[in-house]
Amino acid sequence: MGATVITITSGKGGVGKTTATANLSAALAMKGKRVVAIDADIGLRNLDVVMGLENRIVYDLVNVVEGACRMRQALIKDKRIENLYMIPAAQSRDKSAIRPQDMIDVCDQLRPEFDFILIDSPAGIEQGFRNAIAPADRICIITTPEVSAVRDADRVVGLIEAEGKGPASLILNRLRPQMVHRGDMLDTADVLDVLAIELLGIVPEDEDIIVSTNRGIPVVMENKSRAGQAFCNIAARLLGEDVPLMDLEEKPSSSWLSKIAGLVRRG
Amino acid sequence: MGLFNRLFGSQRPTSREVAKSRLQLVLVHDRVDLSPQKMQTLKDELISTISKYVEIDVEGMQVNLTQNGRQCRLTADIPILSARPKR
Repeated sequence: MGATVITITSGKGGVGKTTATANLSAALAMKGKRVVAIDADIGLRNLDVVMGLENRIVYDLVNVVEGACRMRQALIKDKRIENLYMIPAAQSRDKSAIRPQDMIDVCDQLRPEFDFILIDSPAGIEQGFRNAIAPADRICIITTPEVSAVRDADRVVGLIEAEGKGPASLILNRLRPQMVHRGDMLDTADVLDVLAIELLGIVPEDEDIIVSTNRGIPVVMENKSRAGQAFCNIAARLLGEDVPLMDLEEKPSSSWLSKIAGLVRRG
Repeated sequence: MGLFNRLFGSQRPTSREVAKSRLQLVLVHDRVDLSPQKMQTLKDELISTISKYVEIDVEGMQVNLTQNGRQCRLTADIPILSARPKR
């Protein structure tokens, strides 16, 4: 059988593709799966720094494709988690260095060795995106609850369906329950209503993501932050486990208390 | 703000509601690649074509793109004026 190839894409940039790829890869490996994360954003390499593996790079994806090294040489082993590997993107090349068939070949070569291959897609809908979805068995679209991000996600949903790669599933990232509660942010139901695709999970806005990215330690590896918990839940769902959505609605009821606390702190 | 508006009956929709309706409108046009300008042209051509056969109430005519899930639908509701010549 071999690995399942999952591509994380979004259309819009900056909505959390790389963070999601790093955390889902780590979470799956922590559950005992053999995982390799591939950075397909040629020229804008970032998965390495988010995963904290930037100092270990010798070869990259383009080197593998061009036959300048063997696959084994480009695979960077994460020393913190058993069975977690990463293949970095080339930094000094561009998207045209790789074709969709190359990605299919790379994944076919990796499939027997792994349970999951996660591909971090570049933003946009051009060749880099086409490369990233070419080998995918399933595609996760990540968006934030903002009109621009949801609009781009919808475009990507359409392109994936047109390619016969659907149906894609959705990760809603950076949700702020208190803003939803006061009517100032699109809710999960709103986003699902307009995109009409299956929901894989909701990740709440969480400062721990920034801290963990600063340190190069995916948040699922450390404390049980809310975002980390959400990514662990999504990983479990990818494994076919039936995990209920996290309850994000606990805060608003005590908001008058926290507001007073906030005033006191500010004062 | 949302709660305040609701309590005091303000008619101003929340930014969440505005976002959703703007999204729905822009997406339905994105999906079928029909801009509002092209929609207007389509409507004008519908009027001229149908008017060759029956007299229609142009003011009461409604042409809309709607969606159900990911399925888009073009609906035209065109009131026909009395077929008998009024004289």
